Amino acid sequence: MNGTERRLWNWEYTWDVLPGLVEAFLKFTLGITAAAGVVAIVLGLILALGRRARAWISWPVYWVVEFVRSTPIPIQLFFVYFGLPVVGVQVSALATGIAVLGVHYAAYMSEVYRAGIEAIPRGQWEAATALSLSPTRTWVAVILPQVVRRILPSTGNQIIALFKETPFLIVIGVAEMVTVANQFGGQNYRYIEPITVAGLIFLAASYPTSVLMRKLETRLAR
Amino acid sequence: MIDELIITAPFFLTGIWTTLLYTVLGAVAALVVSFVFGLMSLSRSVAARGLSRVVVEFFRGTSLVIQLLWIFFVLPQLGIRFEPIAAATIAFGLNFGAYGAEIVRGAVTAVPRAQWEATVALGMGRLRRMRRVILPQALPEMVPPFGNLWIQILKSSSLLYLIGITELTYEVKQLQFDIGSLAAFSIALVVYFLLAQLLVAVTRWVERRAAARVGRATKGVVVEQPQAVAT
Repeated sequence: MNGTERRLWNWEYTWDVLPGLVEAFLKFTLGITAAAGVVAIVLGLILALGRRARAWISWPVYWVVEFVRSTPIPIQLFFVYFGLPVVGVQVSALATGIAVLGVHYAAYMSEVYRAGIEAIPRGQWEAATALSLSPTRTWVAVILPQVVRRILPSTGNQIIALFKETPFLIVIGVAEMVTVANQFGGQNYRYIEPITVAGLIFLAASYPTSVLMRKLETRLAR
Repeated sequence: MIDELIITAPFFLTGIWTTLLYTVLGAVAALVVSFVFGLMSLSRSVAARGLSRVVVEFFRGTSLVIQLLWIFFVLPQLGIRFEPIAAATIAFGLNFGAYGAEIVRGAVTAVPRAQWEATVALGMGRLRRMRRVILPQALPEMVPPFGNLWIQILKSSSLLYLIGITELTYEVKQLQFDIGSLAAFSIALVVYFLLAQLLVAVTRWVERRAAARVGRATKGVVVEQPQAVAT
């Protein structure tokens, strides 16, 4: 097979590359999305709480969040993957990808949490004080359950955005679907089928999810 | 270290210049696409609305990396060849334009109903109503989300080295062999951060001007992922 082939679409080649793409998608694209998503959801909450703490905590947290989300993911990946080994921190490409995407989206998520926390009516806080609930109980039993409900759609949207940025990991060669598709293209001098199929798999996964999120958003808004 | 920095500075500067060039080109393309498809989605014609829906969902649903690879590697094999600069501008225009179309649509539909009714009462045509009444009020609303989109374009421009464009990321990847990986990528992070702050400043200035024209206060830019807007 070569790139000079005149045929517009080669089905045989499509069936050849499909299993590899689907495997990479299920194993890495979705796996990375899930792992980085968990990092983002947990770390995002910690950052959001940090921003509500005393000034000497909240001020650095603010600038870290600002810095992380206004610098490009590829550079952050290079920094961790090629830069940190210089000071003795060596991480695999996969772990780098999960960590960088996770921290990047934690920065976005912290804003989502913040908006969610600020939207809780003052009366809820006052009621918790009136019942003399401890600060921990106030958060765990009163505030956070309401925050979670409010931010569910935005969190979903963030995870979809994260999902669509997993191909950025191509820059450090993590074997997620687009990297694999690109390798197929390079090996066989024919990019049409692998890249197109990869795009369609993405579309098939992200479109229904974003429709679902929109439905959820309108339902929760009532 | 200092000597090496001085020697390598010109490469950083050309990289920064190229990055800014692509960030501006991508933004102009995205702006055009946003308005075309955003206004189309508000059209009376079902066909125009449908087409805009399909294009927006398609380019939002597939990833930017795939679109870049598709335009740069797949289209040439189908006989359509683009220069890297055109490929980058088209990919940025379509991908970020798809998000921008939602910004335009959201801002126009957010203009109060009474404003629309007033234009009908005054017997204005559709074009004149848009140009004289609706858009001037919708524009200040659009500026902060567009500013956010612009920063996303800046961040995504660091992927362009993949299609052989010698922007900042490309230069830094070369320079890591001269000044060390840690130094090179640390400097790159700081430079990108400063460039983002520059874009924020420009956006604030534009927002102030647009808001002052219709006598309103400003909101400011927040860096976040472009989101699906529910309307």
